[in-house]
Amino acid sequence: MADQVDHSRRRLLTAATVGTGAIGVVFAAVPFIASWNPSARAKALGAPVEVDASKLEPGQIVKVAWRGQPVFIVRRTKDAVEHLGDHDATLADPNSDDSQQPAYIKASGAARARNPEYWVGLAVCTHLGCSPLGALKRNDEFQLSGTDLGQNWPGGFYCPCHGSKYDASGRVFKNMPAPKNLTVPSYAFGQDLHIVIGVDDAPKSA
Amino acid sequence: MAAAPDSADAGKSRGFIHWIDQRFPLSKLWKEQLSEYYAPKNFNFWYYFGSLALLILVNQLITGIYLTMNYKPSAANAFNSIQYIMYDVKWGWLIRYLHTTGASAFFIVVYLHMFRALMYGSARKPRELLWIFGCVIFVLLMAEAFMGYVLPWGNMSFWGAQVITSLFGSLPVVGGTLVEWIRGDFVIADATLNRFFALHVAALPLALVFLVIAHVMALHEVGSNNPDGIEIKEHKGADGHPLDGIPFHPYYTVKDLVGVAGFLLLFCGVIFFAPTFGGLFLEPANFLPANPLQTPPHIAPVWYFTPFYAMLRAVPSFAGTQVWGVLVMASAIIVLFFVPWLDRSPVKSVRYRGPIYKIALAIFVLAFVTLGVCGMMPPAGIYPLLSRIGTALYFAFFLLMPWYTKIDRVKPVPERVTGHA
Amino acid sequence: MLKRFLLIAAVFLPGGAALAQEAGYPLQNADTDINDIQSLQRGARDFMNYCSGCHSLRYLRYNRMAKDLRIAPADLARDLMFTSSKPFDHIISAMPADAVAWFGKQPPDLTLMARYKGVDYIYSFLKGFYAEKGRLWGVDNLYYPKVAMPFVLEPLQGLQKPVYKSVTDDRGHASMELSGVEPMTPGSMTPAQYDRFVRDISNFLDYAAEPIKAQRESMGIFVTLFLLAFFLFAYLLKKEYWKDVH
Repeated sequence: MADQVDHSRRRLLTAATVGTGAIGVVFAAVPFIASWNPSARAKALGAPVEVDASKLEPGQIVKVAWRGQPVFIVRRTKDAVEHLGDHDATLADPNSDDSQQPAYIKASGAARARNPEYWVGLAVCTHLGCSPLGALKRNDEFQLSGTDLGQNWPGGFYCPCHGSKYDASGRVFKNMPAPKNLTVPSYAFGQDLHIVIGVDDAPKSA
Repeated sequence: MAAAPDSADAGKSRGFIHWIDQRFPLSKLWKEQLSEYYAPKNFNFWYYFGSLALLILVNQLITGIYLTMNYKPSAANAFNSIQYIMYDVKWGWLIRYLHTTGASAFFIVVYLHMFRALMYGSARKPRELLWIFGCVIFVLLMAEAFMGYVLPWGNMSFWGAQVITSLFGSLPVVGGTLVEWIRGDFVIADATLNRFFALHVAALPLALVFLVIAHVMALHEVGSNNPDGIEIKEHKGADGHPLDGIPFHPYYTVKDLVGVAGFLLLFCGVIFFAPTFGGLFLEPANFLPANPLQTPPHIAPVWYFTPFYAMLRAVPSFAGTQVWGVLVMASAIIVLFFVPWLDRSPVKSVRYRGPIYKIALAIFVLAFVTLGVCGMMPPAGIYPLLSRIGTALYFAFFLLMPWYTKIDRVKPVPERVTGHA
Repeated sequence: MLKRFLLIAAVFLPGGAALAQEAGYPLQNADTDINDIQSLQRGARDFMNYCSGCHSLRYLRYNRMAKDLRIAPADLARDLMFTSSKPFDHIISAMPADAVAWFGKQPPDLTLMARYKGVDYIYSFLKGFYAEKGRLWGVDNLYYPKVAMPFVLEPLQGLQKPVYKSVTDDRGHASMELSGVEPMTPGSMTPAQYDRFVRDISNFLDYAAEPIKAQRESMGIFVTLFLLAFFLFAYLLKKEYWKDVH
């Protein structure tokens, strides 16, 4: 009594149903996966930080917090800026090929900055994450008490945990525990020497 | 090691599946539970609710886990974390609505599922244990829902918990200590919230999953009942399968898929167009944070508890204690466990019962619904009287069952099932 | 059987709706439209100007509001932000935490008010102030007796006065009962203007209580259509396989 089973119709309907169902499952999965993205609160906490660099004296460093990490803002002396390219032979990665920085920072060469007078970089040693100390004075190997930075110290940063040394652009010297130059985050100059960390562009006027 | 396609063991699994089968009963389970589990061919609309309940359970588990990723179980942060989920977490609002709508949907489906059993005699021998597992699931589900409702720490969460835990205080001698022990504090507090969180997220879901597995195993052991209430295993064909049976897969997998589609249409309709469902699924009072100093003008439990709440309030205070209402409410749930032995009818399905059972069942449904409405209302006007009548009718349905099912006129039961959907 | 189920379902709905309406003066219909962006923008501006001095919207962020209401960042900063907050911050009023000493009650956060009491309540409340001698700020409210809030919108609406009518209870005892309000002194807005003003704020608060509402409804249409298609395929598939069963 049974009619011939129409297998091709069954296959078609099964495909249509399973296909639609699969699409539905993907649609349903998207919200769950997307819910792991940074929430509005995370984005607020990680929002760009604006720093007024106009009050900095030459040779002064400040540290600010951005996305839970310390960031150096250094106003380098003219003298320091002039001598930035002198010691490339002693650097592990003078052209910042291996380190993390925005393209416009890499392109700026030895200065590793948008404005050579001001250097911005993460105060996080690329060895194991300690916070380095500023030692910006040139030829002053004893500026940090208890440490000998060595002759011809060009000025830069010193990490007290395992002795890694960086120059005034955050580039690591050869044979250091740290493998890479200090990371430079995105930043931009807004109006009146305000540095906005975390963005590539900032409006120059109100 | 692949068998040749035309050889005697062509039906056996090949390749990867075969490798699994040698180490885990995958194909065996598939056959026994699905492709060769023979279910009656006459399942109707009332048979959708078991698979729907399973779907909703999975929904609650998955959405619940995702809520736990952002929820903070402390009195100070719980309410704020819910708003964080609704406002700041990407798609958090949808995950939350899936969970709250799922909770109410769970009870709608479970009540209809239980009603089916009362209609078709699915609790009768040999399915008594199946029914009992179901009753335990029902009790645990109520506990799970109650604790889940406390977690948002809204004002109704707080006061609802306060009132319900106070019930235990009416028990003689141990009452006071018991309430404090349950709360972990003198009033509903951070300690209560945190332990309810642990129970709601870990302990009860585990218990529920195990019980659902036991429930399905018990079902498959004896085979499903059907709208005619006859045992299809009594008439087997030459191949050993019930003549009125069809393999669950593909026939009921494909049919349950239609049930799922229809359910999802209603479910998503609520979520996307009316997630509070007129204040029944998400109550207005709970949009205010918990305030121990300000009681909501009208405390009522969520709609699915209101029938039992009405029974609790229906019983007056006697000899200086409220414990009678508590006992009546508890008995209303305990009496369910005894249904397999209360029903003395020679037939299972309402189709072949006489007018007495049909009327009794109709009155029971009406009483239950009326109790539900009464439980939502303040105890004034006609509602207290209606609650008492409803409570009496509810218990009469069960307690008089041994008598009226015996004397009821029954119709001759067919040998084979009638019709199929 | 299906009919019985629908009947049961229908019984529950009126019960819930009845709960929403508490005893008291009947609410006026706010008639707001959550899809009216212009109204929401006006409501945002009016809320920030007249209400945010005391009332926070602690769960709503400025940038979320700007994005949903299509307000440009420059306009947001200029017209809607009066504290030192950043766009990604929540909308917190500058009201200090001890304001309870001034008002007798801390001005409540209003983010969820529209979901707690409803849009119609907010609309009615803002229209329901009337002069009442002897109270701290000289006013009371038809919808919230003994309200602690001063009537900051008086310059706009003007001041109303209460209307009493005589009421006799079952025991034949007569008393005066508040039955409504009527205008007493005018404000800078006509009744129609004030109505729209209050409607916009109510609409905005409705938005603030659930910013995703407009989007979820439009998503819902897509989801429903998709599920109808899925239902159709599943149904045809079922019918096809069940041809086997006799």
